[in-house]
Amino acid sequence: MAGLLLEAAHITKTFAGVHALRGVSFDLAAGEVHALVGENGAGKSTFIKIVTGAESADSGTLTVAGRAIHRMDPPTARALGVAAIYQNPALFPGLTVAENIALPLDGGRAFGRVDWRARRRNASQILKQVGAAIDPDREVGRLSMPERQLVEIAKAIGANARILIMDEPTASLTEREIGGLLEVVRRLRAAGAGVIYISHKLEEIFAVADRVTVLRDGESIATRPRGQIERGELVRLMIGRELTTMYPKRVVPLGDVALELRGVSNRTRGVRQISLTVRRGEIVGVAGLVGSGRTELAETLFGLTPPDEGDILVNGAAAAIASPAHAIRLGIGYVPEDRQRHGVIPAMSIAANTTLSNLAAVSSRGLIDRAAERRASTKYVEELRIRTPSVLDAVEGLSGGNQQKVALARWLSIQPAVLILDEPTQGIDIAAKAEIHEIMERLAEAGVAILMISSELPELLAMADRIAVMRRGAIAGIVSRSDATPDRVMALALGHAA
Amino acid sequence: MRREWSVAIAIGALAAALALVAPSYFSAENLRDIFLVNMPVLVAAIGTTLVILTGEIDISVGSAFAVCSVAAGVAAKAGMPTALAGLTACAVGAAAGAVNGALVAYAGIPSIVVTLAAMVALRDGLRWTTQGAWIADLPPRFQWLGVAQSTFPVVAGLASGLLVVAFAWAMRNLAAGRAVYATGSNAQAARLASIDTAFVKLAVFTAGGALTGLAALLNSVRFNQIPSNTGIGLEMKVIAAVVVGGAAITGGRGTFTGTVLGVMLLGAIGPALTFFGVSAQWERALQGAIILAAVTVDAARAGLSRTALVGA
Ligand SMILES: Nc1ncnc2c1ncn2[C@@H]1O[C@H](COP(=O)(O)OP(=O)(O)OP(=O)(O)O)[C@@H](O)[C@H]1O
Ligand SMILES: [Mg+2]
Repeated sequence: MAGLLLEAAHITKTFAGVHALRGVSFDLAAGEVHALVGENGAGKSTFIKIVTGAESADSGTLTVAGRAIHRMDPPTARALGVAAIYQNPALFPGLTVAENIALPLDGGRAFGRVDWRARRRNASQILKQVGAAIDPDREVGRLSMPERQLVEIAKAIGANARILIMDEPTASLTEREIGGLLEVVRRLRAAGAGVIYISHKLEEIFAVADRVTVLRDGESIATRPRGQIERGELVRLMIGRELTTMYPKRVVPLGDVALELRGVSNRTRGVRQISLTVRRGEIVGVAGLVGSGRTELAETLFGLTPPDEGDILVNGAAAAIASPAHAIRLGIGYVPEDRQRHGVIPAMSIAANTTLSNLAAVSSRGLIDRAAERRASTKYVEELRIRTPSVLDAVEGLSGGNQQKVALARWLSIQPAVLILDEPTQGIDIAAKAEIHEIMERLAEAGVAILMISSELPELLAMADRIAVMRRGAIAGIVSRSDATPDRVMALALGHAA
Repeated sequence: MRREWSVAIAIGALAAALALVAPSYFSAENLRDIFLVNMPVLVAAIGTTLVILTGEIDISVGSAFAVCSVAAGVAAKAGMPTALAGLTACAVGAAAGAVNGALVAYAGIPSIVVTLAAMVALRDGLRWTTQGAWIADLPPRFQWLGVAQSTFPVVAGLASGLLVVAFAWAMRNLAAGRAVYATGSNAQAARLASIDTAFVKLAVFTAGGALTGLAALLNSVRFNQIPSNTGIGLEMKVIAAVVVGGAAITGGRGTFTGTVLGVMLLGAIGPALTFFGVSAQWERALQGAIILAAVTVDAARAGLSRTALVGA
C-alpha cells in the first residue's frame, strides 16, 4: 500500500513464558494518528519497544516506508525517523532546553565543535513549531511536567521524526495541558507525520485518533476508523466483556474529623497556608494544575518534608509528623504519584510488595506466614486484574499499569485512618479504574477519611464529597459536591473569578 | 537462583578436575586447612552481604579485623575468659561499624568515602597504638577456644554454619529481612512503605562490624601471636566472594547461599593451583578472572534480553 509509514505484521514476543504479543499486525499511514488501546499488560509498550528496536521480536516482519527491516535496533530506528516519547520524559535535567533538543542532532562527532548559536536558533525554531513558549536557555530540571513533555516532542521533531510514538504522554498532565498536547499532535499530523498514540483516557482517543487498534492479551482484536466505533463497544473490545462495574457514588454518613490542617505551610516546597478538614467516611478531592502544589501538600502531610508552620491534627490530636514511619504509626497511608519510582520495590515479588507496609497482618509471632501472604496478595491480583503468571514473580517484570496496581494494593489492603491517594488511577486501564473506585467507596463506608489528588476532573466530580482546588501552593477554593462543575473547578484552578 | 547454580557447577567442575588430577587435594588435612583459612572470610562475608544488600559497601573490614584481633588478644592477656575476649572483639567491631553506619545513614556521606576513611584511620590508629608490636604470649586457654586442636574445626564449622543458616532464615522469615532487601532495591519506596531505611543501614553496618569481630576471634585463636598488621586485603576477598555469589553491588539482590558458594569457589581455587602444579602466583589473577566473568555474565544478561533475569 502506498503512503504507509509503518507496517508490522504478525509480531510475536515472549518474555520467559509470558506471551506479551501473539501475532500483532498494525500499520500507520502518513498524516495519521493511530491509537493503540488495551488493558494493562495487553502488550502496548512491548509493541512500541519492538518498533523502536529496544526489544527484538521473536517473529514477524517490520516494514518502514516500504523497506523491510530485518534487524531493528535503536540507531536504525532513529535513522529511519522513528522517535518515541514515554510517560516520564527521558531528558537531562542539568542541561538546558536547547542542549536537550540538540543532543540527538550532534550524534557521532565526539570532538566536533559545538555551534552554540545554531543550536539555540534551531531549538527555538522547533519549539515554535510545536507551539511551546519555552526559553531555550532554561534548565530542563526547572521545567514543569507538561513543559518537559513539549521539550521531548521538540527533541523528536528535531531528529526529523516521521513516526512519532507517544506511550501514555498525558498520564501526569491535567486537562488544560492535555488540550495543548493534543493540539501539537494535530499539527504534526497536518505536517504529514504518523503518530502512534497510546492512552487509557478514551476521551483523548476520540478527540485525536483517526483509527484505533485494540490489543487484548497480546493479540490485535480489531482496527476501526474512529467514526465506526463508539465508546461502549471499544471498552467491550478491550476487556472482552461488558463493563458492568460502574458504581454510583454511595451516600456515606460522615463521622468525626479524622484529619485537620490549620494554616499548614511548607515554604521550601511552596505550600502556603492550607486549612482543610477530612471527616471519617468522606472523600475530599484535590484539584489543580500541574505544579499547583498538590503532591507537595501530600508529601508534607506524610512527613517527607515536615511543615514549617501551622498544625496538623489527626483524630483531633495535634501531630508533629516527622517521617513517613511516624505518619504510618498515626494511621496515615499514602499512595505516591510516581509509583514506579516511589511505590514499588522492583526486585521483590508481588506478594512481598503488597504486604510490605503491614507485615504484621500476615505474620504470626513475628514470623512471616508465606501462605497467608500469598492468599492476601492473590485477592488483590484478582480484584485489580493484575496480569501476572504468579504472585511470586518480581514486580519489575510487570507492565507499567500493573506495577501501579501493586502499589495501590499495598495501601488499599490495610485500611488506614486517613488515606492520601495521589493520582490513584493514572496509567490504569478502564476496568481496573472502576474497581479502584469501588474499593475507595468501600473504604469510605468503613470510615476511612480519603484525600484524593487527581488531574482527571470527571473522576473528582464523580468520587469526591468536596473538592479543594489548589493554585500556586494555596487553596483557591473548596466546592461541595452539589456545587461542583467542571467550569467552576477550572476557573478556581486558573485563578479566574468564578 | 541462576547464579548460585553456575557457581555450584563451577565448584563441581573444579572438584571433578581435582579428583582426576590430584585426588590428594581431598585429604582430610588439606580440606581442614582450606576451611580454617577461609572461615574468617565466610563470617565477615555474612556481614558484607547484609551491607551490600542495602546498596552500600564497607571497605574497612580488613582494618576492623586487625583492630578486633588485637582487642581480643589484649583482653585475653588481661585475664578475661575467652568468651569475654570474644565479646570484646565483637563489641569493638560493632562500635566501628556503628560509627560507619551512622555517618552513612544520618550524615548522608557515601559509604565508600566513610569506610575508606575508617579503613585508613583504624589501620593507622592501630599501628600507632601498638607501635607495630605483635601480641604474643597469649594464654593457653585462648588457643583453639580452649578446646582440643582437633575439635576446633568442628566447633568453628558448626558455629559458622549455624550463623549462615540463621541469617538466611531470618532474611526470609522476618520483617527485618524484607526491610534489608527493600532498602537496597528502592530506598525511597521503602521509606514510603514505613521502613526506617536509615536505621536499617545503621543496623547492617553494626551487625557487619560485630561479625568482623567474630571472624577476628575465630582467626586469632589459631595462632600464638597476633600480628598487628593482620587482615590486609580481607575486605577485597570478602566483597569478591559476595559479588561472585550473585549479590548486586547496587543492592536489593543476593542470597547467603550465593555468598557461601562464592567463598567456597574463591577459597578453593588458590590451593587447587598448587595441586595442578601451577604457580600460586596465578591465584590472584584467576580470582580476578572469576569476578570479571561473574559481572560480565550479569551485564550481558541484562543487556541482551531481560528475560533471563526473571528466570524461566
Ligand atoms: N521485561 C519483561 N519481563 C517479563 N515480562 C514482561 C517484561 N516486559 C513486559 N512483560 C510482560 O508482557 C506483557 C505486556 O506488557 P506491556 O508493558 O507491553 O503492557 P502494556 O500494554 O504497555 O500495559 P500498561 O497499560 O500497563 O502500560 C505483560 O504481561 C508484562 O508482564
Ligand atoms: Mg505500557
